[in-house]
Amino acid sequence: MNAVLPDIAARHGFTADEYAKILDHMGREPNLTELGIFSAMWSEHCSYKSSRRWLKALASNAPWVICGPGENAGVVDIGDGLAAVFKMESHNHPSFIEPFQGAATGVGGIMRDVFTMGARPVALLDVLRFGSPSHPRTRHLVSGVVSGIGSYGNCTGVPTVGGQTTFHASCNGNNLVNAMCVGIAPADRIFYAAASQPGAPVIYVGSKTGRDGIHGASMASTGFDDEAEAKRPTVQVGDPFTEKLLLEACLELMASESIIAIQDMGAAGLTSSAVEMAARGGTGIDLDLDAVPQRETGMTAYEMMLSESQERMLMVIHEHALEHARGIFEKWDLDCAPIGRITTTGRLVVTMNGRIEADIAIGPLAHEAPLYERPWTLPEPRPPVGVPGSPVTVESALITLAGCPDLASRRWIWEQYDHLVMGRTVAPPGGDAAVIELPGDRGLAMTADATPRYCEADPVAGGRQAVAEAWRNLVAVGARPLAVTDCLNFGNPESPAVMGTFVGSVNGIAEASRALAMPVVSGNVSFYNETRGEAVQPAPTIGAIGLIDDLDRMASLAFGGADETIHLIGATSGHLGASLWLREITGEEDGPPPPVDLDAERRTGELVLGLIRDLGLASCHDVSDGGLLVALAEMALASGIGFSVRRPDREVAAHAFWFGEEQGRFVVSSPCAGKAIAAAAHDAGVACTVLGRTGGDVLTVDDGQPISIESVRTVHERWLPDTMAGAGETS
Amino acid sequence: MKAALVLFPGTNRETDMSDALRRAGAEVVTAWHRDRELPAADLVVLPGGFSHGDYLRCGAMAARAPVMAPIVESAGRGVPVLGVCNGFQILIEAGLLPGALLRNAGLRFVCRTVHLRLERRCRLSGHLDVGDVIRVPVAHGDGNYFADSDLAARLEDEDRVVFRYVPDGRGAGNPNGSTGDIAGIINRAGNVLGMMPHPEDATGPRQQSRDALPFFQGIVESLS
Repeated sequence: MNAVLPDIAARHGFTADEYAKILDHMGREPNLTELGIFSAMWSEHCSYKSSRRWLKALASNAPWVICGPGENAGVVDIGDGLAAVFKMESHNHPSFIEPFQGAATGVGGIMRDVFTMGARPVALLDVLRFGSPSHPRTRHLVSGVVSGIGSYGNCTGVPTVGGQTTFHASCNGNNLVNAMCVGIAPADRIFYAAASQPGAPVIYVGSKTGRDGIHGASMASTGFDDEAEAKRPTVQVGDPFTEKLLLEACLELMASESIIAIQDMGAAGLTSSAVEMAARGGTGIDLDLDAVPQRETGMTAYEMMLSESQERMLMVIHEHALEHARGIFEKWDLDCAPIGRITTTGRLVVTMNGRIEADIAIGPLAHEAPLYERPWTLPEPRPPVGVPGSPVTVESALITLAGCPDLASRRWIWEQYDHLVMGRTVAPPGGDAAVIELPGDRGLAMTADATPRYCEADPVAGGRQAVAEAWRNLVAVGARPLAVTDCLNFGNPESPAVMGTFVGSVNGIAEASRALAMPVVSGNVSFYNETRGEAVQPAPTIGAIGLIDDLDRMASLAFGGADETIHLIGATSGHLGASLWLREITGEEDGPPPPVDLDAERRTGELVLGLIRDLGLASCHDVSDGGLLVALAEMALASGIGFSVRRPDREVAAHAFWFGEEQGRFVVSSPCAGKAIAAAAHDAGVACTVLGRTGGDVLTVDDGQPISIESVRTVHERWLPDTMAGAGETS
Repeated sequence: MKAALVLFPGTNRETDMSDALRRAGAEVVTAWHRDRELPAADLVVLPGGFSHGDYLRCGAMAARAPVMAPIVESAGRGVPVLGVCNGFQILIEAGLLPGALLRNAGLRFVCRTVHLRLERRCRLSGHLDVGDVIRVPVAHGDGNYFADSDLAARLEDEDRVVFRYVPDGRGAGNPNGSTGDIAGIINRAGNVLGMMPHPEDATGPRQQSRDALPFFQGIVESLS
C-alpha cells in the first residue's frame, strides 16, 4: 500500500485537523483508496457533520412510527397490516450540471431507498426550485429536469403525483431538485440494513460498475465556482429500465426468507453501502473487488469503491438462499455476484488481485466523522411593512398573481409525468394533496412544500410554516396527517448567516412537528447550494403523508356546484409582509412572514377534518401563497364555477384582506351546511366568516367589476407553456 | 372468459389492465416474454409500459421475443388480441398492424385525459356504439400514429379506424399529432386491435372516468 501525502488529502477536501484524525484512526498513513473511502464517508453529504447536532432536536417518535431516521427511509403504520415507507432526498448539484440525468438519478435513488425496505413504490413527488424565469439558463434547466424526472418515473411505472415548483433569482446558480417517494409494504415485512450475521455472503445485484459518478458525494459537499461545468463527469447516468427490473427482482426475492440486510448503493456507492450495513450490524465486512461485475476494464480499487453507477444493491443473504437469489436475478437479466462476507473483525477489508487495497476500522468511518459546531447567527428580524398602498385594483392584482411564475398552472410539468399508472391515483396533481387509493376504500394523501421567502425572512417561522402548510394540505383533502420527511437545502454551512437559517429552520420544524403530532421519520440535508458565495434562499422542504379513512369523504378544492355558501375558516388581519402580492405587485421582497400559531393551526385543522368527515363539504382548500382571493380563484378554476364574495370587515384594506398571507386558514363551501359549519367553528374557538356564494362564470369581489373565469384561466394556464416556448424572447 | 396478459421486462400497466379485465368479469392469466406457448385463453392482451426500456425503438425488441410466435399464430387463427400503448407499439413492430408510432408531435411525453370517439363497431369494441365519446387517459411519448397517404386511404376505405381523438370542448383534441387523429386501428381480419390511450385506467370507481368499463364488459361478455 502506498501512503499519500497531505496535499492529496487536501484535494480530497480534508482540513489539516481532519487528516490528523484519519492518521490517528489508522495508526499509519492511509493509501489513496483508503483516503477516498474516508473522503466519501466523512463528506458532508454522508456524515452530516455540520447538521447532526441540530437534527437531534427533531421528534421522530409516535405510536404509529415503525422506523424513524437512520435507515434507508421512514416507516409508518397505516393500519390494515400495511405500512407506508417514504423519504425525500435532494439531487441539487448534479441536476444543475446535467439537468436530465441529475434529476432522473435523483428519482432513481429515492425509489431504491424505498424498495430496499421491502415496499412497492406507489407515488413520487418532486419539489423543484429554479432561478429567475428570465435567466438564460432557466429554461434549459426546467426542460431537462422535468423530462429527466418524467423519463425515470414513467419508465419504472410509478406515478408522479405532486410536488411544488418555484422560481427565484437566488437559484440562478443552483437549482434545487428534491425527490420524494412513497411506498407500501406489509407492516410485518420491513427490510433493514443491519448486517448482523458474521459468515453470511454479501451479494451485489443490479447494473455493472463503471467509472461514472466517482466522487458524487464529495461534489455535493462543496459550492460551485466558474468550473462547475467541468464536474459534469461526476454526474451519474440513469437507466430506469434496469431500475424497474431491479425493483421487481428485489420484491420477488423479498417474498422468501432470504435476505438478512439490504442497502442500495447510492451516494458513495459500494463504500457507503458496505460500511453502513456493517456498522448497523456491529460487524465487519470483507469485499473482493475482482468479483464485482464491471462495465469497464482496468478500474482501480479507488474507482470501484467510489463509483456511483446507478441501479445497484448490496445484500447480505442466508447462505442457503444463494441459488434461489441467483435464479430470480437471472430471470430479470440482472447481475448477481457474491463479492464478500460479513465478518467479526469490525473492519472493512477490501482486496483486489490478491492484494489488500484497504483495511479500515468501521467504527471511525461510520460513527466518528468530524462533528462541527458551526457558528451561526439568526437574521435580524425585519420590521413590519404595514399595509402599503396598492397601485392597482384588486381585480388587476388577481390577474397578475394568477399568471405570476410562482402561482401559474404547473400543468405543463405534470402532464409530462405519468400520474395515473398503477390505476390508483384518486386525486391527481393540481390539488392541495395527491391521493392514492388503498385497499378498503381508504386513501393515502401526500404533499411536499416549503416557502423559502418566509425562511429567508425568519427561519424559525419559515420552518414552522413549512410543516403547518403540509399539515393543512393533508387536512384539506380530509386526511389525518401522520408523519413528515424533510429535505433541508441551504448554502455554505461555514457561513454563520447560512448556518443560522439552517438552525432556525430546524428548530421551527421541530416545534411544529411536535405541536401537530407529525414526527419526522426520514430526511436529508443538502448544504453548499451556492455559487460564488451566493446562496439559495433557505429551503427546508417538508414532505408529508396522511390517511383518509373513507374515500367517500375525500374533499377537493373544486366547488361542488352553484349556490354553495363560501366560508373562510381562520382569522384574517391583512398581513402583506413577505407575501407574493408584495413581491409581484410592488416589486419588494420585504417584511416578516406571517406568524404561525401552532395551537391555532391544530385547532383549525381538526375542525376542518371534522367538517369534512361529518358534513361532507362540497369543497375545501387551504389558503397559502397569494392569499385568500388566489385560493378562491383556484377553486373556481378547478370547478369552472364562479363566485361573488364580499369582505366582511371594511377596516382591513381590500388588497390586504384579499392577498394577505395569514396562516391557519381554509376556504370551504357547502350547499346547505352553513349553520352547522358556523356552529362547529364557534365550538372550536376558530373564526369563521361567510364570504359569499358560488355560481355563474365570473368572479365578483366586493361588488366590483366581474372577471370571467376564462380570463383568469388564460393567464394562469399560458404562463409556463409560453415561457418554455421562448415567447418572452420573440415578443 | 379467460384473458392472457403478456408480460415483457419493463411492462408496467399490467395491474391496471388486470384490474380492468377483472372488473369486467374476466379471469386473468399471465404469459412471460420467454414463453414459447400461450396459456389457453379467449383474449390475448399486451398491456402498456416500457418493454426493454423503449431502447432501440419502442416495442422493437419485445416484438422479437419468443412469446410473439404463439401470439402471431393465435392471431392468425382468429383469437382476439388487444394491444394498448406499448402493446400497440409491439403489435406494429411485430407486423400484426400496419403503420408506425412516432415521437409525439410536441416532442414531450403527455399524460392527460382525452376524448375518444368510436368510429366503427367490431369484435373488440365492447358495448360502445358508433359515435360514442369516452373520456380516457393517454400516457405516452411515442404515440403519434403515422400512416402514409396510401395506408391512410386504405385504413379509411376498409373502415379500420376504431378510435379517433375528438376535441374535448376546451380546445384540446389529438394529443400527439397522429395521422387523421387516429387513436386505434384494427387488422383486416378484425381480431387484432391496437390503441394508444389507456381504457383500463377509466374503469374503476375511484378513477377520474369510468367511461371505458362498457368497453371491457362488452368484450368479456362476447367472449364468454
